[in-house]
Amino acid sequence: MSEPVIKVENLSKRFVISHEKQERYTSLRDVVARRAKKIFSFPAQPTTNIPAKEDFWALKDINFEINKGDRVGIIGRNGAGKSTLLKILSRITEPTKGRVTIDGRVASLLEVGTGFHPELTGRENIFLNGAILGMSRAEIRSKFDEIVAFAEIEKFLDTPVKHYSSGMYVRLAFAVAAHLEPEILIVDEVLAVGDAQFQKKCLGKMEEVSKNEGRTILFVSHNMNVISALCSNAILLSGGRVIESGRSIDVMNSYVLGSGGKSSEREWVGKMRPGNNIIKLNSVRMIDASRYSKDTFSINEEIGIEMNYEVLEDNNVLWLGHNLYNSEGVNVFDTHSVSTDLYVKPHKKGKYSSVAWIPANLLPEGTFIIGSGVFNHSEHRIHFHERDIVVFSIVDTYDGKSARGLTTSHFSGVVRPLLRWNINAKK
Amino acid sequence: MQSTRIIIEPGRSEKNYWRDLWLFRELFYILSWRDIKVRYKQTVIGAAWSIIRPLLTTIIFTIVFSRVAKLGSVSGAPYSILVFAGMLPWQFFANSLSEASNSLIGNANLVSKVYFPRMIIPASSIITSFVDFAISFLILLGMMVFYQYMPSTKIVLLPIFILLAFIAAFGIGLYITALNVKYRDFRYIIPFIVQIGLYITPVGFSSTVVPEKWRFWYSLNPMVGVVDGFRWCIISEPLYWPSLVTSFSMTLLFLVIGIFYFRRTERSFADNI
Repeated sequence: MSEPVIKVENLSKRFVISHEKQERYTSLRDVVARRAKKIFSFPAQPTTNIPAKEDFWALKDINFEINKGDRVGIIGRNGAGKSTLLKILSRITEPTKGRVTIDGRVASLLEVGTGFHPELTGRENIFLNGAILGMSRAEIRSKFDEIVAFAEIEKFLDTPVKHYSSGMYVRLAFAVAAHLEPEILIVDEVLAVGDAQFQKKCLGKMEEVSKNEGRTILFVSHNMNVISALCSNAILLSGGRVIESGRSIDVMNSYVLGSGGKSSEREWVGKMRPGNNIIKLNSVRMIDASRYSKDTFSINEEIGIEMNYEVLEDNNVLWLGHNLYNSEGVNVFDTHSVSTDLYVKPHKKGKYSSVAWIPANLLPEGTFIIGSGVFNHSEHRIHFHERDIVVFSIVDTYDGKSARGLTTSHFSGVVRPLLRWNINAKK
Repeated sequence: MQSTRIIIEPGRSEKNYWRDLWLFRELFYILSWRDIKVRYKQTVIGAAWSIIRPLLTTIIFTIVFSRVAKLGSVSGAPYSILVFAGMLPWQFFANSLSEASNSLIGNANLVSKVYFPRMIIPASSIITSFVDFAISFLILLGMMVFYQYMPSTKIVLLPIFILLAFIAAFGIGLYITALNVKYRDFRYIIPFIVQIGLYITPVGFSSTVVPEKWRFWYSLNPMVGVVDGFRWCIISEPLYWPSLVTSFSMTLLFLVIGIFYFRRTERSFADNI
């Protein structure tokens, strides 16, 4: 079925930024004062250079269509207009121009546990939150046991949620949301919270309903892995405009590439550097054997993940690590700095450069995303963990010397090692 | 499918707003229930607060207006019952206004994250005040037993005036709530309105003491009709009909203005809150 269920035409949203004062709200006092000032000031008074108010277009002429059963990821940097778009689609705020047509019941999940009240028990909050998300009492009652089981909080059902651990709180909140049955589900970055295992469970649940029941899902996330795992299509927003829309893999690539310069090189300066007062990350780049940074590697060359960092304090044992994901969101491998002396010895103050070498003929052709971190799991410390730092691609050689040999058609597999084969003729 | 088509456009006053209001009625019940539950959950003496406040004010008013100012009632009912019969709807109205005016800001997280007809929030906060009203009503019954005072049969008409009090609180409440989202200094104005209102509304005195020439201006206060009606039902004080009609008309006018203004500003609540 390819009938559009959401149709967005020339959608724009303007905010008026006031330069006069920083207050969040207008007060009557100011309005009166301003009026009075206007009356008593000379009309010919020269205007100041800075306008008192400035228009800011959070969204500008957005157009797209979403078909029934599509799972669409919306990606973009902070301030690209993602949240504003979701808020308009959820009818929380009104557009300034344009038009949106939605066919079907919409439920939006812009926050986990909206309306949860700390004084109320888990049971009471399930009903409260359910009603806020648009479920009827009968609907909640019929799914109550399922929700409780999903959240794994049976024992604490009658405890006020203020006594819950944050994990339990999130699980309960998401469990309610996961049992919503709208035709269109709008989800903001809510999965960023909660432990990894529960995130996976939620994703599984969302995927299941969307596939089995043809539900349309609109999903905002910064996490490329989640987007690639869940969404078939994606829309890239930047500066309030649609930059690209299409298959999620393509859009994700241009998102990361569009971040300026080469996608395989990332540098931070000053306050932007990830880290804490022990260690700061300066840069990460993908390099070849001659230490030359590039985007695209051949399948039969060694690829280095170079990380430059600065240690600001003596006597910390720091473990370095990288996560490598493929474009389907599969975590192909994680690697830690186990093979160096500094895995057990403390770092001294100063600047360091590390390189982790990915052997030639290990990864297949495709696009890969690197995340990096510095931590020490034996001390239960994470100094920083940055996702989606750099992206690089690998191309196969088709010269018959890589694992695919002379096969020119599709060659599958998460890894593509060139194994040692032995064939002996039996006597 | 066609029935659930939603069109989002600027300035579009949704045709199905009132239908949505009906669809979200469960949210209204549950928010009212939450407010009531939470309100009494962390207070030591809980519901007693809704008894103590009006009771103390009644005692003071009885002393001031009856003993000091030497005012009396036409019907010959005990003065403290006269005061309390006025205090009941007034407290309800005053509480509703202050609760409603803060309700949207207090629920800012809901307003900025979920869609629903915003009118539900001030409406449910008025319900909370109504629970206080119901509890204080028990004191009235207690006082009647104490004074061995038998109310007239007109007391069966009381629900009409309770409804009138509701409409008055809702209409003015909506207007102030909407204003408070935009201009936060209304939270300072409300206690002031409540304070003045207490003296221009016949709480400590009977409307019969108001001079004829001031009667029209005096009746423009929507609560005058409500309080007079309460006294008429409970202690058979004379009801001055033109005054009731004036008050009632003002109540309706405020309701229309309240709904109109609320609906007009509602769309931008999420941006201003």
